[in-house]
Amino acid sequence: MTAADSGTDTAGAAHAVRVLVPTGMLGGGFPPATVERGIALGADVIAVDGGSTDSGPHYLGTGTAKTSRAAVALDMRILVMAAHHAGIPLIVGSCGTSGTDAGVDWLYGIVQEIAASAELPLTVARVYSEQQPAHLASMLSQGLIRPLPPASPLRPETLQRCSHIVGLMGHEPIADALAAGADVVLAGRATDTALIAAVPLQRGLPAGPVWHAAKISECGGLCTTGPRSGGVLVTLDQDGFTVEPLGDGARCTPASVAAHMMYENADPFRMREPAGTLDTSTATYRPLDHRRVRVEGARFEPAAQYTVKLEGAAPAGYQTMIVTGIRDPELLRRLDEWCDQLLGHLRQAIPATFALSPADFDLQIRRYGHDAVLGAAEPCRDQPPREVGIVFIVTAADQATATQLAKFANPLLLHAPLAGESALPSYALLGSPPETERGQVHEFVLQHAVDVSKPGDLIRTRIDRIGR
Amino acid sequence: MTSSLADVATLVRSKNAGPFWLTVDIFCATSGDYERVAASPVTDPHTIAAIYGIPASSVRIFGLPDLHAIKISFARPVIQGSTTDRDMHAGQQYVPLLGIRVPDRLHPEVSADHQKAPIGAPIGMPE
Repeated sequence: MTAADSGTDTAGAAHAVRVLVPTGMLGGGFPPATVERGIALGADVIAVDGGSTDSGPHYLGTGTAKTSRAAVALDMRILVMAAHHAGIPLIVGSCGTSGTDAGVDWLYGIVQEIAASAELPLTVARVYSEQQPAHLASMLSQGLIRPLPPASPLRPETLQRCSHIVGLMGHEPIADALAAGADVVLAGRATDTALIAAVPLQRGLPAGPVWHAAKISECGGLCTTGPRSGGVLVTLDQDGFTVEPLGDGARCTPASVAAHMMYENADPFRMREPAGTLDTSTATYRPLDHRRVRVEGARFEPAAQYTVKLEGAAPAGYQTMIVTGIRDPELLRRLDEWCDQLLGHLRQAIPATFALSPADFDLQIRRYGHDAVLGAAEPCRDQPPREVGIVFIVTAADQATATQLAKFANPLLLHAPLAGESALPSYALLGSPPETERGQVHEFVLQHAVDVSKPGDLIRTRIDRIGR
Repeated sequence: MTSSLADVATLVRSKNAGPFWLTVDIFCATSGDYERVAASPVTDPHTIAAIYGIPASSVRIFGLPDLHAIKISFARPVIQGSTTDRDMHAGQQYVPLLGIRVPDRLHPEVSADHQKAPIGAPIGMPE
C-alpha cells in the first residue's frame, strides 16, 4: 500500500479528519451559522443522531418518530444543502427515533422532498437494521444470543412478542455505504458513536481516539459550556483529537469535555461497541486555548467476537386513566388507607362484575404531590401533602376493557369516603369525561447481544440516486 | 458536625443509561468536598441499595477525583417505560440522595484510608 492509498502524507502521519456534529438530536434545531462555521473550518463529514431509547418504548413499539416531521425536515434541509455545497457526506443514524425500517424510510421521504425542491442530485443510502424475530429465533437456537446485565437468558417467546426489533449497527455498514458512493447515509439503529467514527476509521485513524472523540461529541454541544448554542467540530489525527464548539460564546474546557464521558453511561471509563471496548481511563484532557480541548491516550480493546446489541419493544396492553384532585386535609392525612381501600374494593368487585380474572387487568394509583415520582424511595412520604393529584391507571388487554374498568372506578374516584365517614364526599375530577384513553402501551424486553461472523450480517443496504 | 449532600455538591443529577440502567452523577467544587462525599454513606452500596430497593451487588460506584465527581450506577429497579415505571428518563431519581449526611471535615485517618483505596480509576487531567 502506498502512502497515498493509506491516506497518509509524506511525513507518515494520517491526514486529520474533521467531523461536524451539529446537534445531539435531529429535529432539536441549531443555528444555521454554526454549520457554516464548521464547514469553513474544514469539516470532512457531517454526522447527526436521529434517535434514542430515552423517550421510552412507544416509538420502537410503533415504529413512529418522537420528533415532529416539520422540525426534522427543517434541520435536514440545512444539513443536506450544507453537505452538498461543501461536497462532503452527511450521515444520519437511528432515523425516526428508534431506527426501524419505517423510521429510515420516513427520513428518506424527507430527503426526497429536499432533493426535489432544491433540484439536488443525491446518492442516498438506506442502511436498515430492523430484525425479523424468526431469524433471531434461529440464531438463539444456535446459541448466538447472550444476555447483557441485568437481563436473563432470552426465550424465543420474547422475540415473538416484539412488535419491532432493531440491532445497533457499528460503523462498518455506514463506511461501506460511503465507499459505495453515498452522499447521504440514512442509517437504522446505530450506536450514537458509529456515525461519527465511520469516516475517521475508514481513513485509517487509530480506534482509541476515534471512539473517544465519537463519544465526547455524540451529543453535539453538550460537552461545551453552552449546550444550546450549537454543535461541535472534532478534529482527529494519529495521536488524539481536538474538540471545539461551533456556537457563539460556547467553550470547551477539560472539565466540560471529560464530564461528558459520565453522561448517560453506567461506566464513565469503558464503553462497549460492536467491535470492542473503548477504555478512556488513561486519557488526558488539555486546554489548547480558552475554547478548544486536546484529548489523547484512550485505548480500544478489540473484542474476540463481534456482537450486535438488540433492542425490542413488545405490546404491554392498553391503558385508560382518570385524574382526580384531593384537597381535604383529613383524607390527605389518611391517604394510604384511602388508596388501599379503593384498590382493594375494585380488585374484588371487578372479577365479580366483569368476566375477568385478576391477571387480566392491572390497577395503579399515582399520587402526584405526594410520592408519584419516587414511590417507596420518597424521603418525605410520612408527611401529609397539601394537595394531591390522583392518577388512576387501568391496564387491560384491549382499550374497551380498560375504559369499561375506568368507568367502573369513576364513582369511587369521585365519592369514596374514608372508613367511618358518614357524609358522601366528592373529589375534584379533571374533566368530563374524566377518563382518557392512552392507547396501546409497550415495554422494552430485549437487553441481549447477537454474535455475528461479520459486521454486515444483520444489515441491509439500498442505494438510490434521486433529485435532478 | 455534618452537612447534607445537597449542601456539599454543586450538582447532583440522574438519568437513564439505556432502558435497563440508572446512573447518578455528583459534582463537587473542590477536591476537599469530593473527599468528604467519597467518605460519606453516599458511596456505600448498601445505602444506595436500601434507598432504591435494589441488591447492593448491582451497585457500581466510580470516583473521578480530577473532576471532583462521583458516579453511582445500578440496574434500574423498574425497566424504563414499563407500566410500573414512574420516571421515563429517571431524571428525578437523585432526589432521595440529597439528604444523606456528609462529614464536615474528614478525620485524617479516614482521608488516608481513602487515598489508599480509591473508589475508581482516576481520569487524566491537566495539572
